Order: sequence, then C-alpha cells, then structure tokens
Amino acid sequence: MNTNLYGVLILAVSVCFIMALKGLSSPKSARRGNLIGAAGAFVATDLVFWAPGMTHQHKWWILGAIGFGVVVGVPAARKIQMTQMPQLVALFNGVGGGAAALVAIVEYLKLGSGASTAEVVATVFTVIVGCISFSGSIVTFLKLQEIMTTRPVVFPGGRFVIAGTLLGTLGAAEWVIHSMGNTSLAVMAVLALLFGVLFVLPVGGADVPIVISLLNAFTGLTVAASGYVLQSTLLIVAGTLVGASGTILTRLMAAAMGRSLFGTLFGAFTAKPQAAVEGGEARSVKSGSPDDVAILLNYAQRVVIVPGFGLAVAQAQHTVRELADLLTSKGVDVAYGIHPVAGRMPGHMNVLLAEANVPYEQLVEMDEVNPTFPQTDVVLVVGANDVVNPAAKTTPGCPIYGMPILDVASAGNVIFLKRSMRPGFAGIENELLYDPKTTLLFGDAKDSLTKVVSALKAL
Amino acid sequence: MSSNLVWLSIFVLSVFIGFEVVSKVSTTLHTPLMSGANAIHGIILVGAITVTDHADSNLQLGLGIAAVVLATINMVGGFVVTDRMLEMFKGKPRVKKDVDAVGGDSK
Repeated sequence: MNTNLYGVLILAVSVCFIMALKGLSSPKSARRGNLIGAAGAFVATDLVFWAPGMTHQHKWWILGAIGFGVVVGVPAARKIQMTQMPQLVALFNGVGGGAAALVAIVEYLKLGSGASTAEVVATVFTVIVGCISFSGSIVTFLKLQEIMTTRPVVFPGGRFVIAGTLLGTLGAAEWVIHSMGNTSLAVMAVLALLFGVLFVLPVGGADVPIVISLLNAFTGLTVAASGYVLQSTLLIVAGTLVGASGTILTRLMAAAMGRSLFGTLFGAFTAKPQAAVEGGEARSVKSGSPDDVAILLNYAQRVVIVPGFGLAVAQAQHTVRELADLLTSKGVDVAYGIHPVAGRMPGHMNVLLAEANVPYEQLVEMDEVNPTFPQTDVVLVVGANDVVNPAAKTTPGCPIYGMPILDVASAGNVIFLKRSMRPGFAGIENELLYDPKTTLLFGDAKDSLTKVVSALKAL
Repeated sequence: MSSNLVWLSIFVLSVFIGFEVVSKVSTTLHTPLMSGANAIHGIILVGAITVTDHADSNLQLGLGIAAVVLATINMVGGFVVTDRMLEMFKGKPRVKKDVDAVGGDSK
C-alpha cells in the first residue's frame, strides 16, 4: 500500500480513538464511543497487513495467534459475572503491558547492535514499565479474586527491599544501555517483574482500583514508547492518549475516595501500626430477626438502602429491588445511597443495580444523600462496611482514614445485613456495629432479604 | 524538522488531548472509561504483528507470537467487556423527577 494512503488511514484511526475516549466521558455517548474505538482498532489491525514493508513470511502464525487470542478473550469477557469484572479489567491490562514488553524485546533482539541510544532507552523504558504493569496487574487480580489476602502485605524492611529492587532495576537498565547485551536485558526484565509485585503488595484492598487505573496509564505509556521504537504514529498517539487520560482518571478516582495518590501507594509504610482493636473481650452487638427488621421498615417514613459489594456477591440485587418496591407501595420513601466506590470500583454499584433494573432516579449519590440521613428513619446496609465505617473520620492512621463515607450514623436506626462479624474488604473493625441503634441481621444477604420481604408481606 | 522532533510533537499534543477529553467525567463512568482506555492500548497488537512479521529467528518469532496473543486478548476482550458494562446504562430513559411525581404511575 502507498505510504501516504496508509498514513492517512492511520490518522483516521487515531481520530477514532480520541472520539472513543471523548464519548466514554458522557453517559449518553459512552456506548457509541466504545464502538467507535473498537471499529478503529479493527481497521488498524486489518491495515497493518497492508502496511509498506510487510513481508508476510509468518502470516499464518500471526493469524493463528490472533484467532487464539479471540477465542480466549471474548468468552472471558462475555461470561464473566459483573461482580468479577474489575479483576478481569486488571487482567486485560496486565496482558497488554506484557505484550508491549515482548514487542520491545523482539525489536531489541532484531536491531541488535544497530540500535541508536534513543531506541535502546525507549526499549528499556517499555520493558521495565511493561513488566511492572504485567506483574502488578496479576497481583491486583489475585487480591480482587481473593486468592490472596486483600490486606496490605507489609514485611519488616519491606521498603528497603522495594527501594533496593528499584535501584537494581535502574542499574540493570544502565547496564543494558551500555552493553546492549541480552543477559542484561533479561536481568532487568526479571527485576522489573519483581518490583511490580512488591509495589502492589502493600496496597490495601480498597485502594486496588486506583492502582489498576495507574497501571492502565503505565501500559499506555509503554505502548507509546514502543511506538517510538517501531516508528509507528498510531502507537504513539493511542498509547499517549491512554497514558494521559489514565493519569487524570487515576487522580479523579483517588479524589472520589478522598485518598491522595501518594498515600495510596505508600500509605502502608507510613501508617503507624494499628492498635490491636480493643483486646479480645467479647463486645455485645444487637442482632435481630427478619421480623424485627420488617417491623422497623414497615413503620418508617424514609428508608435509605446502602448497597455494598456483599449484595453483589450474594446476587441480591433483584431481591433488594423487590423489597424497595414493596416498601414504596406501602408509602415509604425509598432511596439507594450510593457511595462512589461502592462495590470494587468507582461506578461499579451503579452498573450492578442497573443490571437489576433499579430505577435510575432512586440512586442517590453520596453528596446528595448525606444531608438527608438525619431525616431518615432506617438505613439498611446490605453487604457494605468500609463505606459506612466512621473510623474513616475518627481514627487517624487507619487505612481508610480520610475517605468520605456515608453518614449513616445520623439516621434513626441502622440495620446491617452481614454474613458474619468479619471486617470488610479493607480489614478494619467497624465501631458502628456496636452502636445501640444498630441492629444486625446475620446471614446471606439474599436469604435475609427474602425473609424480610415475606415477613413484610405478612404484616 | 528532525524526525525525533516530529515524534516529540505528536507525543506532547497527544498528552494534552488525553488530559482534555476526560477532564470532566462523572464517577458513574470511571469504571467503563478505564476499561475502554484499557482496550485502546490493546492496539499494541499492531506493533506485535509488525515485529512478528519481521522476525528472523525462532526466538523472535516465539516471543512475537506470544505478544500477538496477549495483545489480542487485551484489545478484543477489553472492548467486549466495556460494551457489556455500558449495555447496563442503556434503555433506562432518565425520567425527570418532578414529571414522575406529577404523572404518578410512570410505567
């Protein structure tokens, strides 16, 4: 294909990606934006086979590899439960980072000693950041899937080990640039992979989404850097767009959670060790039966439901909606108080409730719902914990300190639907559970809600 | 203008576009936006195809093919999962609250 024609078509694809990101920023155009991006990516993938200078010597290998990738990726994306979607996004991001690192390595092997210093530096950058993104994303996946602990993993001297690994990686980078050897590149890649793991381990479960977003921006930058090595405008534009927008998005997310980016990444090191929560003495909690809860709800004028990840895990979206409908038909004013990070990611809960056909108008964001709690008779907390934990306000040094919370404590009564007394995702004890106006209803959220619904119908 | 300067210009301008297009986005869309951006960097597939095409040793070919597989998963899976998320937002017309209250039963 003619070089100029190819260039113009590639420019059109770059415009598609800009329009895709623009579209994704507004609810009305989001879906269309995503489709425009997908169309652009499809065209670019087709075009590259016609690009000037292609040899087609390995065409069947490449087509086979693409086919295999589609067979793995599409069913994973289609079949995943919406509750597990954050870890899938983390995984997709990780493999993207890995792909960018591999591309840079292959190009480096091919260029051999003919590479310019600038190309070697760009290669080194791509391999390091791509490897960090790959291994870091795998760790976030393991944390979100709860295959490993969601608590910050800190070990004695941890920060020195991390700093040492980083210095080692940079030293190896220097070695690669001077020697242009293959051994040095392998050493550097291994150290970068190790650094990615160490860097994510100390991050607490609730902050993982911010790290995913950050790693996403990292992968974007690696794609841009490999675009420089391969002299591809498209990769530079697309990678930089993702790197820049990902950085902004990371900051917005951190702001929504009331966290500083620095605190998220290094908080576990600077935080004072938490005082073991008030020894082992058994503290009394008030637990109730579904009938007690039904009575409380029946005589309330205003009820706010605070859904959390526990609701999603129990697949109780539909039951909670049934309860809300029943209460509405009895003249109770019902709203859902949605914390920005309810679920596992910002906006995750909105997706889950939308799936259960909860009317959009009943979803009230935190800033709007907080002033209404003093006039609220009953707050029903379904499978949420950290987002209503007053420790975020009262306990400096705890991992969620400073995160804005839903002020459910100012409501008349608080009902917690919980599986057990186990602390939430961030692993912090919730004082509100011991408050006299709190009633606990233990059990699976869906089970409990079904019982409450039938008790309410019987009243 | 040297070609390095051209690349640098493209890079800097893209940074500003990237900042600009997402500067105002509601919390609700943070997750789909992240996922969509994630799919876009799957375009590394184009780079993976190029290097694999030029591979002249078995090591290069093997690594290149691995890169093509990973990049395809990133790109295709990313767009599909984003579409699934956004599907949830579709088909729920935002009835204005006051209209709803006056109209009573809106179903």
